[in-house]
Amino acid sequence: MNTRKSLYQFGYRRCADQDRSSPARHPVVVVGAGPVGLCTAIDLAQRGVPVVLLDDADRIGEGSRGICYAKRTLEILDRLGVAEPCLAKGVTWKLGKVFQRDDLLYAFDLLPEDGHKMPAFINLQQYYLEHALVERAAALPNLEIRWRNKVVGLNRRNDGVTLTVETPDGSYAVEADWTVAADGARSGIRGMLGLAFQGEAFEDRFLIADVKMKGDFPPERWFWFDPPFHEGRSALLHKQPDDVWRIDLQLGPDADAKAEQAPERVLPRLRQMLGHDDFALEWVSVYTFQCRRLERFVHGRVVFAGDAAHQVSPFGARGANSGIQDADNLAWKLARIARGEASESLIDSYDLERSTAADENIGHSTRSTDFIAPRSSQELRFRDAALALARHTPFAKRMVNSGRLSLPSTYETPLSTPDREAWSGSAHLGAPLPDAPMRDRSGQPVWLLEALKGEETVLHVPNGQEPPAGLNVLVIGEDLVDESGLFAQRFDAAPGSTYLVRPDQHLAARWRYADPEAIQSASRRLRGLAGVTA
Amino acid sequence: MSALITDSRFPDPDRAYRALIDAHRGLSDERSAALNSRLVLILANHIGDQAVLQEALTLAKQSMAQQEPGAD
Ligand SMILES: Cc1cc2nc3c(=O)[nH]c(=O)nc-3n(C[C@H](O)[C@H](O)[C@H](O)COP(=O)(O)OP(=O)(O)OC[C@H]3O[C@@H](n4cnc5c(N)ncnc54)[C@H](O)[C@@H]3O)c2cc1C
Repeated sequence: MNTRKSLYQFGYRRCADQDRSSPARHPVVVVGAGPVGLCTAIDLAQRGVPVVLLDDADRIGEGSRGICYAKRTLEILDRLGVAEPCLAKGVTWKLGKVFQRDDLLYAFDLLPEDGHKMPAFINLQQYYLEHALVERAAALPNLEIRWRNKVVGLNRRNDGVTLTVETPDGSYAVEADWTVAADGARSGIRGMLGLAFQGEAFEDRFLIADVKMKGDFPPERWFWFDPPFHEGRSALLHKQPDDVWRIDLQLGPDADAKAEQAPERVLPRLRQMLGHDDFALEWVSVYTFQCRRLERFVHGRVVFAGDAAHQVSPFGARGANSGIQDADNLAWKLARIARGEASESLIDSYDLERSTAADENIGHSTRSTDFIAPRSSQELRFRDAALALARHTPFAKRMVNSGRLSLPSTYETPLSTPDREAWSGSAHLGAPLPDAPMRDRSGQPVWLLEALKGEETVLHVPNGQEPPAGLNVLVIGEDLVDESGLFAQRFDAAPGSTYLVRPDQHLAARWRYADPEAIQSASRRLRGLAGVTA
Repeated sequence: MSALITDSRFPDPDRAYRALIDAHRGLSDERSAALNSRLVLILANHIGDQAVLQEALTLAKQSMAQQEPGAD
């Protein structure tokens, strides 16, 4: 039932490591070239750490998975040099509608705030994202992707890991100081370490279909509870590029996955939903969803990221989005450790920050799934009561949950220096900086987040005294001009205000008046050198 | 921190109780359950305090456990 072939094919190539008598040793080996492994590898390579990326397949574009990428993810992709092709190809949307039967219950506008480079969301087939990442990876000389290299064995040592890798030419061994396991929800590495992957499985099955049609539907997210074309269940319609529409249909717990995918079953359902049969089916599959995670993401020199570390149901688009934020959090820390600039304990903050984020995501996606697919007759009653009241009351409207959209986590972390003063504005300690339109020294427009790149940076508003010393200081009004006033507003900035920004663009510290010692000590935290037991 | 109030608050508790009974009279079990579900959501929102809601849930569960020992 799948008309689409895999889109991009890559060749296996024998590498020098396979001809060595003793295993080669690399600073970092990343296992899995999904979105998370690719982002981690690119970020490390951009930070000057040589990376080997292993993937057991040699193609992308089989299957249909993620479609929805959030603003924070796009900002990270921008730093990695791939936002442009994604934005150019993707569908930008901001309007969502929720229906019960034939009636519109309510509409929401994501109302993106002006003065940010990135939109609230884009929709894009995951294989286009992966392709853009592979192209970027290929342009980095210190990043080597090895297709059809499957990790089949892992031996832990104190100072690293030895991996056994299977290829079409037989197997070879390779050593790594650090291994990033981004090998997906079925992670073999998790199994090799004997780690439990625990959580909740949802009983309901969902049919996911991609349909090609030239429809009049606007680029909006439409969600139905109990639609006339699919009684008693839920349905979702969402636009992707290339005139492709994603349809999710809740099937219930007893559905026969195989029978449901048969054209004679799928086509009439879709015909009823779309009101015509002028469409072509690109892809159909039936899923059950799980929410589960590893208890710890760091096991000695093996670090888990993405679906290998945590899995969520797709309601709320959190899988790839949160996995890419794992990569963003991990890469700078690993780079600092690999270059000997940070204590190895810095990696503990990855575990802390990203496992809290995983819990947030699992919480959101579990609650959405509970609302969309109630499990008992009383759960269904509560759900229907909320839907009925939503027509009359604002409180019930807010309870209706068809998927809460992914937002970045605000880290409560020993890497942050607690605020001494009160601050307003939309910048929050531990959260990614809000973007703002600025001008550089030559008067050219530049976005705040672009100007930060991925470096640890001090932003300083002059007050007539010496600006803080150090390599990466950007003086507001000189290096970056805040013509729109949005920086001042979002950062509650006044003369003297000084901000320390992490390499992943999260806010680490801020002062009304900063003395060099305070900045030094806040910066040491970002090397895992102090305050780790906050 | 606010706490769940378990002291009697209605000047005329019999009337309040009667109002609940009246609302359900003549309804099938299914309709009654649907009505209660709406009522719970409305009242929970009126309380608007997660801690109080949690306390109310605990109290309700406890009183069930006392009635049927061994049940969850
Ligand atoms: C129907 C559906 C809809 C979704 N919608 C969204 C959405 O809208 N937004 C969103 O953010 N997320 C969404 N997701 C989730 C998203 O697809 C995943 O979270 C994402 O792919 C995880 O990326 P990853 O890199 O961690 O793992 P994967 O993409 O699974 O990549 C793992 C890679 O590792 C390789 N590998 C595995 N084992 C080995 C081995 N032993 N050796 C070498 N290589 C190996 C695999 O070949 C694969 O390339 C959706 C998922 C589904 C199923």
